[in-house]
Amino acid sequence: MTELKFIRKGMQEKKEVCCGMTQDTPQAESGAYCDTCLPVTEKDRLAWISGVIMTDAGAVPKAATDLSASDFWEHAKCRTSAFRNNYTVKPGLYAVGTPDRNSDVLVSANYKLSFDTLRKALKGLNAWILVLDSKGINVWCAAGKGTFGTDELIRLIAVTKLDRVVDHRRIIVPQLGAPGISAHDAKKATGFKVCYGPVRAEDIGAYIGSGYKATREMRTVAFPLVDRLILTPMEINPAMKKYYPLYALVMLAVMGLRPEGIFFRDALASGSPFLMLGLISVLAGALLTPVLLPFFPFRSFAVKGWIAGVLSVFLSSKFIPMIGQLNTVLLIFTYLFFPLASSYIALQFTGSTTFTGMSGVKKELRLSLPLYVVGLVVSLVLLIIYKLGEWRVL
Amino acid sequence: MKYLSNVVSLEFSPGRCVGCGMCVEVCPHEVFALENKKAVILDKDRCMECGACVSNCAFGALNVDKGVGCAAAVINSMIRGGEPSCDCSGNNKTKDCC
Repeated sequence: MTELKFIRKGMQEKKEVCCGMTQDTPQAESGAYCDTCLPVTEKDRLAWISGVIMTDAGAVPKAATDLSASDFWEHAKCRTSAFRNNYTVKPGLYAVGTPDRNSDVLVSANYKLSFDTLRKALKGLNAWILVLDSKGINVWCAAGKGTFGTDELIRLIAVTKLDRVVDHRRIIVPQLGAPGISAHDAKKATGFKVCYGPVRAEDIGAYIGSGYKATREMRTVAFPLVDRLILTPMEINPAMKKYYPLYALVMLAVMGLRPEGIFFRDALASGSPFLMLGLISVLAGALLTPVLLPFFPFRSFAVKGWIAGVLSVFLSSKFIPMIGQLNTVLLIFTYLFFPLASSYIALQFTGSTTFTGMSGVKKELRLSLPLYVVGLVVSLVLLIIYKLGEWRVL
Repeated sequence: MKYLSNVVSLEFSPGRCVGCGMCVEVCPHEVFALENKKAVILDKDRCMECGACVSNCAFGALNVDKGVGCAAAVINSMIRGGEPSCDCSGNNKTKDCC
């Protein structure tokens, strides 16, 4: 503690440690920011940096533990759009509170949503945050890919000269980082002992307070309704962008098709129930299935999605007259095609869950993909039969 | 919630286990427990094949066919070859994926 010099927010001091490069640590490598040498737009983006702390390894930016309105707005965009694909924090060492040479070091990913969750959870604590370059991906996904991994951890410990910042030799890695980290290899390479912290950042205070003990609840991953719900926009959005426009175009063209050409009036009149059914099947697969996941029978996502699809089609035919009034061939088509579409979309949700494994997904796909192909072919045949009947060929 | 039964590729060699408890600590689905200073598998079907236990077992007592349980990733690997990964579209940053 005595060896540290804390610097309050002030132009003069910060210029010395950052822009002036008076410290022996290359600032570019240590990841230190200084708002006096950043362009105005960058300053706005980095409003969460509340100051700088001097250490033996150079200047360390201090992160605020309160999230601003713009942080929350950005998080909302992350949950719904591709905004999240470029939402990063510069890898390096950061401080929260006024950490000293005995303070804990918590490792995080450089996806800003992950980093923000951590700094918010550290309110009232004094700690260091070591941000790895996980290519803007959250801890768990990046650990699965290996970008949040042992090599990157070793690299960042060296680059930030962590051994000169703290006297102890322990770092707290989030438990969900474990797929990418080999604790024994990291210890061998750096001397730092990896302690696996709780799954959720909100439990860190309790974990540290209890002497680095995580309870069973802190160690396990559940998948409650709110977690499932928050992931659904990123299921609905891609489905609506990827499949729906093409589907709508094909359906309108088929419905408007006559031997004389494509008629817009027919396309709209006969096509609109199918535009609606398309939307309903996307919602059945991408919203209803995730939300009611534990309540649909069977463990297979394809089956859960199919059940959600059949239910939705049935209810639509009861309550939406133009769907209820479809003729027999189109009704068979409807019950065949749309539940399969919901099933396929529901299967995509395996990528968002916390409990599906690759072997299971491979098995599901082996069984379901042929069924989807057969279902699609039969659906097309049914549409042709319907059209031929409409043209009085059959 | 559990996924399909009897598909998980997790393998445990009790002979190599020294009972350090690292697998119990890192597993997010409570697949392991320590009994008589050895790890035991409580419920294999709970395993999601993330590989956390394997990479943190210093004694090589565990093995799993580690991978992402994501249909989009598996379908992509079927089309393009290679192992399923979260890189739905290579390194293209505009793609919506995890």
